[in-house]
Amino acid sequence: MATSAPAAPAALGRRRQPTSLTKERRRRRGPLLPALIFTIIVTQLPFVVTLVYSFFSWNLLRPGSREFAFLENYGEVLGDSTTRKALLVTVMLTAGAVLASVLLGLACALLVDRKFLGRGVVRTLLIAPFLVMPAAAALLWKTTMLHPVFGMINWVLGPFGVGEVDWASEFPLLTIIAVETWHWAPFMMLILLGGLQSQDRSVLEAARVDGATSVQSFRYLTLPHLRQFLELGVVLGSIYIVQTFDSIFMITQGGPGTSTTNLPFELYQRAFRAFDVGEAAALGVIVVVLTIIVATYALRVISRLFTDPVVAARVLDVSAFDRKKAEPARAEEVAA
Amino acid sequence: MNESRTVGSSRLSGTLLSALGWIVALGMFFPVLWMVLTAFKQERDAFTSPPKFAFTPTLDQFDAVLSGGLSSALLNSLWVTLASTALVILLGLPAAYALAIRPIEKWQDVLFFFLSTRMLPVVGAIVPIYVIARDISMLDNVWTLVVLYTAINLPIAVWMLRSFMSEVPTEVLEASRVDGASLWQEATKVLFPMIAPGIAATALICVIFAWNEFFLAVTLTAVRAQTVPVYLVGFITSEGAFWARLSAAATLAAIPVLLVGWIAQRYLVRGITLGAIK
Repeated sequence: MATSAPAAPAALGRRRQPTSLTKERRRRRGPLLPALIFTIIVTQLPFVVTLVYSFFSWNLLRPGSREFAFLENYGEVLGDSTTRKALLVTVMLTAGAVLASVLLGLACALLVDRKFLGRGVVRTLLIAPFLVMPAAAALLWKTTMLHPVFGMINWVLGPFGVGEVDWASEFPLLTIIAVETWHWAPFMMLILLGGLQSQDRSVLEAARVDGATSVQSFRYLTLPHLRQFLELGVVLGSIYIVQTFDSIFMITQGGPGTSTTNLPFELYQRAFRAFDVGEAAALGVIVVVLTIIVATYALRVISRLFTDPVVAARVLDVSAFDRKKAEPARAEEVAA
Repeated sequence: MNESRTVGSSRLSGTLLSALGWIVALGMFFPVLWMVLTAFKQERDAFTSPPKFAFTPTLDQFDAVLSGGLSSALLNSLWVTLASTALVILLGLPAAYALAIRPIEKWQDVLFFFLSTRMLPVVGAIVPIYVIARDISMLDNVWTLVVLYTAINLPIAVWMLRSFMSEVPTEVLEASRVDGASLWQEATKVLFPMIAPGIAATALICVIFAWNEFFLAVTLTAVRAQTVPVYLVGFITSEGAFWARLSAAATLAAIPVLLVGWIAQRYLVRGITLGAIK
């Protein structure tokens, strides 16, 4: 800020002539409102309606079937072994894919963080899996990659004694985890690369001069520095991977049996194959509650990373208006 | 990004690590490469054991998918993506302004509210969205997707645009005010041109998510408004005989976003972490 501290925000606040505090507040709020109102209507309202629906017994295939059922749907959904299995699948899929993609992403980030011939190309190739349409990628994995006889994976693994394994039906959950890991590893890589590149190189240099091995400096310097970035990757990754749908729909359709039916796919089946609005809504509420637990933590991680002193300094200085009211003469002076 | 990290002390381990970098990258990229290669095959070359690397390329499969419904799906996807991205920027720019240039008092709370909406699962909202869309006859309508994709991308856009705007020095904005520029002039003549690359990057990130979205598209559209990922659902059942055709469709589906993502590479991390990392 060029001007002296107390006068500057007030000067930003009024254009030429002094305005009242209420007016200034309204003027600042104005541009925000369209986006805020749109977001509340489109994203918040449906959650409220979901909550309402979850208390009704209602099937779209039976017109006029809507009646208040209070907690019946929750009892139905929570008492159903399919739902409990889906919860387990969701946890295993999320934990497995997050862990694997963080490790693979970390390895990629460390490899790309060095300077070497073609680093830019390698980085570009590595982010491709994150960009390719997940629905398309899932179909290709199912067919050209994982087909028991004509798939690329079994052909590559053939020399190592792997026969004609039908991955998608013999190891369905592992298959989904692998495909999700392939998709999310670049995401983790980008976050961790951001972390690595924000590390102070002179500290590493000093450690090297002091005789630390590269393993030691990774363990005691880089890893602690990466902690918050690992956290960010894990929480964001969890939030997105809990919602995994594309690959399950395309590769296994939740099967064989219900072995890859996670909560989103279970909800899809209840809503769009059985058209049971009440039960699907109850399931939706459960998924939202579970997500809120993770999201609360995620928001805390992000707010710890987040500081913006420049914008903070631009905030409307209410005390300047108070002063102005108390000493109108002096405020005029400052304005002039 | 510039200095080299002194991980390996010897030249040899450095070379090995570089080679490893290339191997991992090629391994991760291989399914994409194989998709593009298979797209140029005849079906009999695509479905072989061992897999065929040498073959006579053909455009037959592209012809087949484009005349078989993919072109209308591509048009729907294009329209939904562009319209929702335009809306996102239109709503996002003023909102970001109110959170970065002349911030309201609770700007951080609002910012985190936007972020929290991005984190809630779509499955928690899909049931009423479907029922309401059905009641107002908006099922299988591209505009339904436009509205929803706008809502999905808006938090990302607000966060990204805000972070670009906060990098514009306060002095520059003050100078234009001293010169007598109105609020509108200050925004359109000074601020927006200064963050034009940021606006472009934000738009590209929104394009990626809108183009690839599957869950809402598959639940809310059928034939008329189907987007590319919904078109691909047709290949689930016809598995077996049509790998080359599938690859051609997948290639056409994937290439636009692959290019967009590579162009916006520098800003990708800001997009996926919602501005938490620059």
